[in-house]
Amino acid sequence: MKIFFHLGRYWLFMASLFGKPEKFSIYRRRVLEEMESIGVSSLGIVSLISVFMGAVITIQTVYNLVNPLVPLYVVGLVARDTMIIEFSPTIIMLVLAGKVGSSIASEIGTMRVTEQIDALEIMGINSSGYLVFPKMIAAIFIAPFLVLISMFVGIAGGWVAGELSGVIPSTDYIKGIQYQFLPFNVTFAMIKTVVFAYLITSISSYQGFYTDGGALEVGQSSTRAVVYSSVLILIFDYIITQLILI
Amino acid sequence: MIEVKNVSKGFGEKQILKNVSHRFEKGKVNLIIGGSGSGKTVLVKCMVGLFEVDSGRIEYDGRNFSEMNFKERKPIRQEIGMLFQGSALFDSMTVEQNVMFPLTMLSDLSQQEKTDRVNFCLQRVNLPSSHKLFPAEISGGMKKRVAIARAIAMNPKYLFCDEPNSGLDPKTSIVIDELIMEITEEFQMTTIINTHDMNSVITMGDNILFIHKGEKWWSGNEQEILKSGNPEVDEFIFASKIMQHLRK
Repeated sequence: MKIFFHLGRYWLFMASLFGKPEKFSIYRRRVLEEMESIGVSSLGIVSLISVFMGAVITIQTVYNLVNPLVPLYVVGLVARDTMIIEFSPTIIMLVLAGKVGSSIASEIGTMRVTEQIDALEIMGINSSGYLVFPKMIAAIFIAPFLVLISMFVGIAGGWVAGELSGVIPSTDYIKGIQYQFLPFNVTFAMIKTVVFAYLITSISSYQGFYTDGGALEVGQSSTRAVVYSSVLILIFDYIITQLILI
Repeated sequence: MIEVKNVSKGFGEKQILKNVSHRFEKGKVNLIIGGSGSGKTVLVKCMVGLFEVDSGRIEYDGRNFSEMNFKERKPIRQEIGMLFQGSALFDSMTVEQNVMFPLTMLSDLSQQEKTDRVNFCLQRVNLPSSHKLFPAEISGGMKKRVAIARAIAMNPKYLFCDEPNSGLDPKTSIVIDELIMEITEEFQMTTIINTHDMNSVITMGDNILFIHKGEKWWSGNEQEILKSGNPEVDEFIFASKIMQHLRK
């Protein structure tokens, strides 16, 4: 029965975000700040993970490609499609669930236990709207850019790994990444990214907002934010894939 | 003036407040006292709207606050200043930004007017040169003073203080008490303080409400409380050795 309580409270929480902002200019500034905090500060980790994902996909595909009838450029095609369709949107968003989700839950949770949220409410400010709405908008806008960068860096990482290890010539790899390219795959990845960004920010904010207690509970909220966001990302990955691709 | 009329509040099976009624006077320091778990904080949170009452009403100068929705409460909330037990300053903002925050969010003042108001409030709490410091860089007493400055920034009619002396040394506690008394008189606010501090009770209790087991047990002023004759009140007031000595 507890799940229904949380589902009901979650939807009420979501509804509370969309009240009229006290000042649009403040919200606009907060969205930009959150874009910097969520997006720009994650650029390093996103690039690092992507370059290695691309490199490993390339080498493993070459290793598993034992049939001499299959042309070598397929390696580039596999690296491209794996990065675009699955790895960049899903794995990168799972990483962001850990990095951004825990940060949001602990920030809002700490504000709750130190009565900063109560202070906002007593002033007559819509605390959930002020704290959460800018984070959500920022994540929904900035996450697609992170995923696009991840796709580019991942595919480039595969090319560099293939070149450095000598397992696939550049010409084959480049032919592979151009071969039968479907722009819809990028659109599909963007749809997934936007849904995942919403899940991460809304679930983490919900967990932080309803933290009750002290430092221990803030830590627990943060953990729950990461676990629930990750699980829901995987579930929605399956649902969206089935809805759109099949 | 704030009036609490037959207010009851419970959580699940547990009844915390039982038919509490009291009038908190304008221009006076009104104290709510009582033992731990007596329901003081719940009463204050009901009064400011952080908790909804189960029954009864809370009136701000005749306006029935407890029956209003979030939107209707907004004008009253902007007349309320609150000093929290832990100060509740925004960690990511400087002292100046903290005090300016309600002005930025809720007023249409120009930047210069806001800066002037912040300077006035910080000077009023004797912190004229701490504008650029962050809450983590100042002492507990300074945090309380910044929180008072933020609470009075919007020129409130009602000031709530939740245990303003907790965690402070006796000397700083006296400074905070004096500051609260001065601004209450200066701005003619209805000030409500939830406290355990006996020094506060004796020095500034214009109107004291003693809550025991969620009920209004006794009310009076600082003179009357010392000779109330009420066993529960006496047990609370004369719990410390110093107070027992004074009584003798």
